[in-house]
Amino acid sequence: MTTPSRLDIRFANLAKQKRKALVTFITAGDPDLETSAAILAGLAEAGADVIELGMPFSDPMADGPSIQASSQRALKAGQTLVKTLAMVKTFRASDAETPIVLMGYYNPIYVYGPERFIADAKAAGVDGLIVVDVPPEADDELCIPALKAGLNFIRLATPTTGKERLPAVLQNTSGFVYYVSITGITGAAAPVVNDVQERVAAIKAQTPLPVVVGFGIRSGEQAKALSAVGDGVVVGSALVSKIEKSLGSKGEATPATTREVLSLVKELSSALSNG
Amino acid sequence: MASNERTGAAKLNSFAGGPDDRGFFGLFGGRFVAETLMPLILDLDRAYTAAKADPEFQKQIDFLGLHYAGRPSPLYHAERMTAELGGAKIYFKRDELNHTGSHKINNCIGQILLARRMGKTRIIAETGAGQHGVAVATVCAKYGIPCEIYMGATDVERQSPNVARMKLLGAKLNPVTSGAGTLKDAMNEALRDWVTNVRDTYYLIGTAAGPHPYPAMVRDFQSIIGQEVRTQMQEAEGRLPDTLVACIGGGSNAIGLFHPFLDDSGVAIYGVEAGGHGLDVENGHAASMTGGSPGVLHGNRTYLLQDGDGQILEGHSISAGLDYPGVGPEHSWLKDTGRVSYVAITDKEALEALQVCTRLEGIIPALEPSHALAQVIKLAPTLPKDNLLVMNLCGRGDKDLFTVAKHLGMKI
Repeated sequence: MTTPSRLDIRFANLAKQKRKALVTFITAGDPDLETSAAILAGLAEAGADVIELGMPFSDPMADGPSIQASSQRALKAGQTLVKTLAMVKTFRASDAETPIVLMGYYNPIYVYGPERFIADAKAAGVDGLIVVDVPPEADDELCIPALKAGLNFIRLATPTTGKERLPAVLQNTSGFVYYVSITGITGAAAPVVNDVQERVAAIKAQTPLPVVVGFGIRSGEQAKALSAVGDGVVVGSALVSKIEKSLGSKGEATPATTREVLSLVKELSSALSNG
Repeated sequence: MASNERTGAAKLNSFAGGPDDRGFFGLFGGRFVAETLMPLILDLDRAYTAAKADPEFQKQIDFLGLHYAGRPSPLYHAERMTAELGGAKIYFKRDELNHTGSHKINNCIGQILLARRMGKTRIIAETGAGQHGVAVATVCAKYGIPCEIYMGATDVERQSPNVARMKLLGAKLNPVTSGAGTLKDAMNEALRDWVTNVRDTYYLIGTAAGPHPYPAMVRDFQSIIGQEVRTQMQEAEGRLPDTLVACIGGGSNAIGLFHPFLDDSGVAIYGVEAGGHGLDVENGHAASMTGGSPGVLHGNRTYLLQDGDGQILEGHSISAGLDYPGVGPEHSWLKDTGRVSYVAITDKEALEALQVCTRLEGIIPALEPSHALAQVIKLAPTLPKDNLLVMNLCGRGDKDLFTVAKHLGMKI
């Protein structure tokens, strides 16, 4: 891509400041549209450098119980792909700089129509896509059209991605590389820092892109430790669990919902800043 | 000449050649899986390709088929059903007589041998009605490999005889409470297990769906059904059958019967989906092809039950083996090419057919093939008496006795 994307600019600025990126994940529409939009609006100020916004799906096979439950809450509250794109548009009206990456599974995009989805996502102010179940072998379906439209396509690399496969994974990846630090679902056991370090180094030897590490990071301390081996960390299940725990007896949002999520983001952000 | 060749190439000259090297049957199939699994799927593909080329592998399968599973299964002329319906000459392919009571063992024998070749030390599987779970637990017991079976909590309840069999065979059963607690949810959990334990674990998928090479591999292992029918019908009648009928959940028994006949244009083929409470009842059926639309789930693109936002619907069928919201991708392709006719049969029609077969032939079929039987009951009278019709009786009804008795108001 000729013009740098919001993600390129954000990571370049962080590198200049010698800071690691805090990438935060929430599910769009969880627990309801209004609360979710309020959390989204507060994330950057609380310290999120990049926002991953989950597109809820009924069958999130690669996610753990927390994120699956967040998808179910959002769907029950009536979240749709159209509403998720509208949330980004509203966010973008007041924040022109924080990159937003949509994360999800292929089927809702496929049913929406990949070309139409890419155009509408771009128009709404989306910067990149992570689509868990579209591997490099299917790049023609979504990745290449997205790149042509000026959206970053962020690929996951995992502990099972061997040396011989890594070039294929990196080939059409842009924005950043998401290193999944464990074999397993989101929110599972914490990764072993030394193993991650070795893998991240192997990835960085093959690409100039920033590498962020995710899966299993729950605390500021873990975030700090893992950020040392890459260019940033992703925190998702821990935030989504905060939402779950803050809900009222009927599953409704309470005044604590937004506050507690944002307060964890602040804690994570300050842990990363205190070098 | 060159332009003729191109025109010719655009035309389909075989229905039996697929999938392509990326695992697609036309639009359908493929490998839509998370990166953690992708290298393992590629490994599996290589291992299966090598196994197929090894005569020793096929020899082992044939040996177990003959001495362990009970193949070939008989091709039985259902005389009283034929007389009662007054049309086509009806044959049952008796795959319910296989060891473990269904066609599922054919696939499990093939895959357990492959897992052993690959050096895998742990097996996981999903199951709906429990027939696949029992078959997996059986081959794992035979080879002393630990296995864990994921089964929807709803299905655990309605298929209790199979639950007991799996436990007796030494399998660890994991009831799945997410979603509606049926086959779809069991498959999600099995995939989560696989992502987590990917290095030592082999995922033994039970139907001709999932990421490539599963749909083709399961089809290959089940094709023994159709191959035997070709031979047996030649012996019985001196020619090929005219009509084939089989029920479809994921579609493994059906593709096993159909595949060896796809290029015989004279053979009419019917796949029977679960119509549940009726196709017009929202989320009241599990007929993904006749009542769904194309989408991507569980590693493949295929017809799915889904809403307008691409969220998967649960589906319903009286039969726990048919209430999967998707279908094997090869069936989706056979539907779109028009080679196979897909129809839906309701719960009620299947229950009636089960009773007709039981009383006329002394065979209690499972609820799954009872759907195929109901289609035979509709179709046979419209066909001439010299029409040779084969229905795959892919499972026996023992497991369904409680469900059937409840619906018929019997006390047991």
